[in-house]
Amino acid sequence: MFKRLAEAGAPVAITVDGKAISARAGDTVAAALLVAGIDHCRTTPVTGAPRAPYCLMGVCFDCLVTVDGVGSRQGCLVPVREGMTIETQLGKREAGR
Amino acid sequence: MNASDLAPTYDLAVIGGGPAGLAAASLAARAGLSTVLFDENPGIGGQIYRGITSTPVTDRTILGEDYWAGAELAAEAKTSGALIVGGATVWSLDPQRIVGVSIGGKARLIEARRVIIATGAQERPFPVPGWTLPGVMTAGGAQTALKAQGLLPAGRTVIAGTGPLLWLLAAQILRAGGKIEAILDTTPRANWLRALPHLPDFVLSPYFAKGLKLLREVRAKAPVVRADRIEAVGTERLSEVRFGRGDGDRRIAADLLLLHQGIVPNVNLAIAAGVAHEWNERQLCFQPVLDPDFGSSVPGIAVAGDGAGIAGGTAAAERGRIAAIAAVCALKPQATVPDPQTVRQRLQREEMGRAFLDWLNRPAERFRQPEGDTLVCRCEEVTAQQVHDMAAMGCEGPNQMKAFLRCGMGPCQGRLCGLTVTELIAQQRDTTPAEVGYYRLRPPVKPITLAELASLPISEIERKAVER
Repeated sequence: MFKRLAEAGAPVAITVDGKAISARAGDTVAAALLVAGIDHCRTTPVTGAPRAPYCLMGVCFDCLVTVDGVGSRQGCLVPVREGMTIETQLGKREAGR
Repeated sequence: MNASDLAPTYDLAVIGGGPAGLAAASLAARAGLSTVLFDENPGIGGQIYRGITSTPVTDRTILGEDYWAGAELAAEAKTSGALIVGGATVWSLDPQRIVGVSIGGKARLIEARRVIIATGAQERPFPVPGWTLPGVMTAGGAQTALKAQGLLPAGRTVIAGTGPLLWLLAAQILRAGGKIEAILDTTPRANWLRALPHLPDFVLSPYFAKGLKLLREVRAKAPVVRADRIEAVGTERLSEVRFGRGDGDRRIAADLLLLHQGIVPNVNLAIAAGVAHEWNERQLCFQPVLDPDFGSSVPGIAVAGDGAGIAGGTAAAERGRIAAIAAVCALKPQATVPDPQTVRQRLQREEMGRAFLDWLNRPAERFRQPEGDTLVCRCEEVTAQQVHDMAAMGCEGPNQMKAFLRCGMGPCQGRLCGLTVTELIAQQRDTTPAEVGYYRLRPPVKPITLAELASLPISEIERKAVER
């Protein structure tokens, strides 16, 4: 869906659902997911429909993901960090996750 | 920067680091006010100058000179003495000007003698069938990805809607070497009738020449088709876009559909702070009631920039300056400030031509007032039909609608459904959006964790108040 214009920025290693992904310094979590071709980052609590980042400016909340164990973070507002663990969210966020 | 490093009190707190916030903070700090600026994004610039200090897009022709004008504003703010805090989410503001802010998972409450809300604009909801499918995004979102991370749409890209940003994004994608399958122009032809009387002002404005050039540039490289129906189709993700005019029905295979039908003020923080708002019939949105200095109905709280009503990035900076001058004059009357009349004249010049753009790009009713199974509330998955039915049964307003359907009660707190729900109720009940009103919004206006709340510093008096 998206490609990088230039491979600028230092590589940043993150994992998404346990899979290693190379992001770039300056990426937000949502941007890293988009460019890695991950087709959805959560499913909805009501019908389980897949959702992907929509607005990338902090208003739609469709890019909610679990970042380093904290659920429902807005992926478009969180910069990637070396070693960051990202999990997609399935339906309702389960207690203790 | 940690939350604990913040001072307990500032003369001025500016919320939002776009053009209005940057200009306001810069002017106030230079005049000697202790000034803090919070922005929830990692970097400053707001949406229009997104990534201005860090963008990997080095070819200046791609984003255009209007974008790079933001660099000066950012540099001015950085050297002004204002404390600029990125990654700082303001989740609460009350009429006593206590600001609740979270930085790196830790929350703080600080006091400000004056507050300038500069939270800018967001894209107007564009509720068409399938707009929640992965592969459908806002045009602004794609532009943000381009500015901040240098990401270019790949695969089959369709852009649909109306408004200046749509054409700017198309031009930027094309300049960067991207490809656009089609641009579906939803601007209603009938809009010209109401726009024409404002044409002379527009011709004299800086937008005129720029706009024409942009349209020519895009039309030369991408097919433009008029459409009054749009549908995103796919099961797990977007596979095609259906569109047409009248009885026409066309399909185009697509990987990415970028929607845009103008921008509207981001009202959540201001409404939650108790700032009175009114309906703007020309711009079809709610905006704060403001005095000539952009002061709101709440003493000490001003709203500047596009959050005060849409006028564009350069106008936003001038509005920020006017609001900042008012703050300086109130707190430090002896300080030297720029001549407000000069700033007002510049603002007037920037606002010229806005009426023409607003009337011309006013989105069609059918794209603002959806029908049937089309989702209105993305978070709680409430359909247009449900809202219609509830309004027909006697539900009078959006707050009652929340109780019946939960629309507006998901994580986005009504940002992506508020205007649609208000308009649908007004339509069904044969009244006006002004009469129907908007969601009642309360802090926290952004979600925070209990751990963040628990991290708030507690004074001895507060501890004793609850200890037995």
